[in-house]
Amino acid sequence: MSAEPDNDPSQVPHPPVFLERQGYRRRRLMDAARVLPLIGAGLFAVPLLWPGVGETEAPYSLSSAIIYIFGVWAGLIILAAVFGYGARRLGRSSDVPGPEPR
Amino acid sequence: MASLNVLVLVCLGYVALLFLVAFAADRLAATGRSTWLRSPLVYTLSLSIYCTAWTFYGAVGYAARSGLEFVTIYVGPTLVMIGWWWGLRKLVRVGRSQRVTSIADLISSRYGKSNTLAICVTILAVISVTPYIALQLQSITLSFSIFAEADPNNSYNEIASVFWVAAGLAVFAILFGTRNLDANERHHGVVTAVAIEAVVKLVALLAVGIFVVWGVAGGVGQTMARIDASEIGQWNIDRGRWATITFLAAAAFVCLPRMFQVMVVENDDERHLRTAAWAFPLYLLLMSLFVVPIAVVGLDLMPEGANPDLFVLTVPLSQGQQGLAMLSFLGGFSSATSMVIVAAMALSTMVSNHIVMPIWLSSRGTGASVSGDVRSIVLLSRRVSIAAIMALGYFYYRLSGGGAALAAIGLIAFAGIAQILPALVGGLFWRGATRTGALAGLTVGFVLWLYTLLLPGIGGEAMPANVMASGPFGLSWLRPQALFGIDGLDPMVHSVMWSLSLNAAAFCVVSLFGFPSPIERLQAAQFVNVFEHSAGPRGWVGSVAQSEDLMIMSQRILGAREAQVFFHAEAQRQGARGYLPEPTPKFLERLERELAGSVGAATAHAMIGQIVGGSSVSVEDLLAVADESAQLLEYSSRLEAKSDELGRTAHQLREANEKLTQISLQKDNFLSQVSHELRTPMTSIRAFSEILRDTEGLEPEEQTRYATIIHDEALRLTRLLDDLLDLSVLENGQVNLNMGEGLLTEVLDRAVSTAMTGASRDMRILRHVSDERIPVHSDLDRLTQVFINLIANARKYCDANTPELSIRVHEVGGKVVVDMVDNGSGIPRDSRKLVFEKFARVSAERAGGAGLGLAICREIMQRLGGDITYLNGHQGAAFRVSFPSGYQLAAQ
Repeated sequence: MSAEPDNDPSQVPHPPVFLERQGYRRRRLMDAARVLPLIGAGLFAVPLLWPGVGETEAPYSLSSAIIYIFGVWAGLIILAAVFGYGARRLGRSSDVPGPEPR
Repeated sequence: MASLNVLVLVCLGYVALLFLVAFAADRLAATGRSTWLRSPLVYTLSLSIYCTAWTFYGAVGYAARSGLEFVTIYVGPTLVMIGWWWGLRKLVRVGRSQRVTSIADLISSRYGKSNTLAICVTILAVISVTPYIALQLQSITLSFSIFAEADPNNSYNEIASVFWVAAGLAVFAILFGTRNLDANERHHGVVTAVAIEAVVKLVALLAVGIFVVWGVAGGVGQTMARIDASEIGQWNIDRGRWATITFLAAAAFVCLPRMFQVMVVENDDERHLRTAAWAFPLYLLLMSLFVVPIAVVGLDLMPEGANPDLFVLTVPLSQGQQGLAMLSFLGGFSSATSMVIVAAMALSTMVSNHIVMPIWLSSRGTGASVSGDVRSIVLLSRRVSIAAIMALGYFYYRLSGGGAALAAIGLIAFAGIAQILPALVGGLFWRGATRTGALAGLTVGFVLWLYTLLLPGIGGEAMPANVMASGPFGLSWLRPQALFGIDGLDPMVHSVMWSLSLNAAAFCVVSLFGFPSPIERLQAAQFVNVFEHSAGPRGWVGSVAQSEDLMIMSQRILGAREAQVFFHAEAQRQGARGYLPEPTPKFLERLERELAGSVGAATAHAMIGQIVGGSSVSVEDLLAVADESAQLLEYSSRLEAKSDELGRTAHQLREANEKLTQISLQKDNFLSQVSHELRTPMTSIRAFSEILRDTEGLEPEEQTRYATIIHDEALRLTRLLDDLLDLSVLENGQVNLNMGEGLLTEVLDRAVSTAMTGASRDMRILRHVSDERIPVHSDLDRLTQVFINLIANARKYCDANTPELSIRVHEVGGKVVVDMVDNGSGIPRDSRKLVFEKFARVSAERAGGAGLGLAICREIMQRLGGDITYLNGHQGAAFRVSFPSGYQLAAQ
């Protein structure tokens, strides 16, 4: 067994457990960005609940359906853009590719 | 009305413009001044080849038939893009770090560079993309026919026009897509042209939409009113299809070869994904924004029975908007051409890398280094592949008759290509996924898709009617659209549900029960943990002589200049002077990746293997070696254990031998001592008996005295012989213990009174009778004998002026301990070890007995399960007698 100091596992630098404020904000922004598609999938599944033709006397009109779906769509796009730019702005100083931060 | 000739001229002009743009972009990229070419905007726009002529024309038709269901085609990709952090980011990173050239290459690379798997994915891709290409041909032809109908001098021939469109697109794709060999290099020209086409189709659709909403319907409010009043104006969706198609579109968005090409292979910078994550959904939103209004207005304006797939074209025409119709035509044309070019490029790379090249290489048999110019072969095979794929599309169109609704074919293709999804996702996120699992999953999914969707869906007699109605061989539970008797589902939902779920199940189950090869496991680790290590271990080992062969081969694949530059750079990196680097594993690994960019990972691996082969150590070999050395290690450790054991045994033998020698010595000593002990009394007995016999006239007192001496000596002899007999009986274990019960105090009383009778001098005995009231179960006579011996010894040897013997009794953990300590000077330190030996006498001058007393005591105590020891740390002689209090012993 070699006992060279640079092979010593205790000498391998560990990433810090806690982050400074900026890094913390950036990661929470990433968390939000990760949840976004799930929220989107949920919202796009809502039309499945609407009563259709033959199931109720006054089925949903197509125009309101369009407004809902395109509204959700636009909302998702805006949020994705905001998260993307937010993460970029916060991460500019510490944009280190590497192990996924927690 | 625009004549057909004008239309053809416009098309040619448009294509020429694209050519110019692509050419300029390639030139710009070559000179390195093309920063905007690498911008996220171009990347996002290039992704728009997702929107083909099917979406450009077909979406309106789809909306006219099924209302809002068409948005699911866009919602799926939107969710994938917004969730880029989950999957696309990893996919792009893997694609870049492994220099993959296509989705088949990625799958093959992940599962141990298996070419079988690559062939499977390629075949699946060709089969599902061919109808899609036919679809593009159909849309262009249909749009031509619209203009042809309006042309007064109508010389339009549909069959001929399809042929020419197909041929034109093939030439286009060949010229654009095979300009450079390295499929992993960015095709800046193609990407830029695709980006421009993306803008054209978006502008065209938006223009038609704006015209319809504000020009025809009269504003947003009225358009909405019209929508609600139309025949599709009420909410009416098939819920199963809504969810299924959303999922399917998401899956196809990742798995489609052309999407993989622009999204992963052509990706310049991972960070572009961040922009595309919102910009591409925005593009999709804009593309679908006016679909419903155009459909509704089309349904209103156009005569009954008009093809709703062409409303984008016919509505402006019917309103006399020639220019707008022309723009719209160009939009559709752009959609079709960009899709066909990229799809043909992607497919041809797959076909040539995974089917043509391996066959060609193995047919040469002689190895890559002596074969001809591989470079031109690869290019040729790619060009031929493009032509073949276009021909396939053309024949598919001819065979299917071009009648089916556009959207149906598109969805069937989606369902086919989505069969790759389990292997892809499993490969990226599950290290346990194996090659056989992926093969099994793909096969199951492919067969089910073919049986339940493609064959029934393409029309004609591809699936016989009686099989559709009652299943093959009359097995009704095998009906293609009602597997296992589950009837009444939408055919699309039914097929996707069964094919994808059984695909995933087969993939997982076979993976769980299989065991991957070493190279698979290495690749799995590299793919799944791509963010931890983007480069990883490979196993090439070569010798100097092979560098030249490698150089020759690389020149043929990469081109002479590129290969020389690469080798020179490598040589410099290694610090060598010449142009040939040492074939270090690192260099070979880089070379393999470089070659993989041109011919795919599996082929590159095989080619380097052929050259380095003889002396190469593949990963399998390395692992086998490691295995072997592990076995050796185990073997040697077993040997070591055995030799340790031998050593121990030898040690034990030595010890035993020593003991035997000692015992033999002891025996000799014993014999000599015994004879000595016997001789002394015998001598005096003989002497005095001779005096009694031979001397005349002895005084009676003298006679009595001599007889007494003889008697005493005889007594002493008897005692000695008794003791010896006692000892030998004890030592041989033949002693019969006469177990009995009594109180310890009684035993001690008896011992003291016996030992003190006839004592010449008085000795105080200190006892604590209250402590001694311990019931014992033992051989009480023998115990008494031991105590008598000890007390008698104390009486004999204690040299104090007022001798005292203190007897202390206590009970410790089921053992009775009796300490006998006198106040004399004790036994000298170096004699202490010997006191229990036979014939050991501490002081010669007071030799009273034979020196067997303590030896006998020890034997007795050991028989009784106890012991007798000398207690150190006391001033006088101190002995400790310990024995079990006896109740456990009694049970034995």
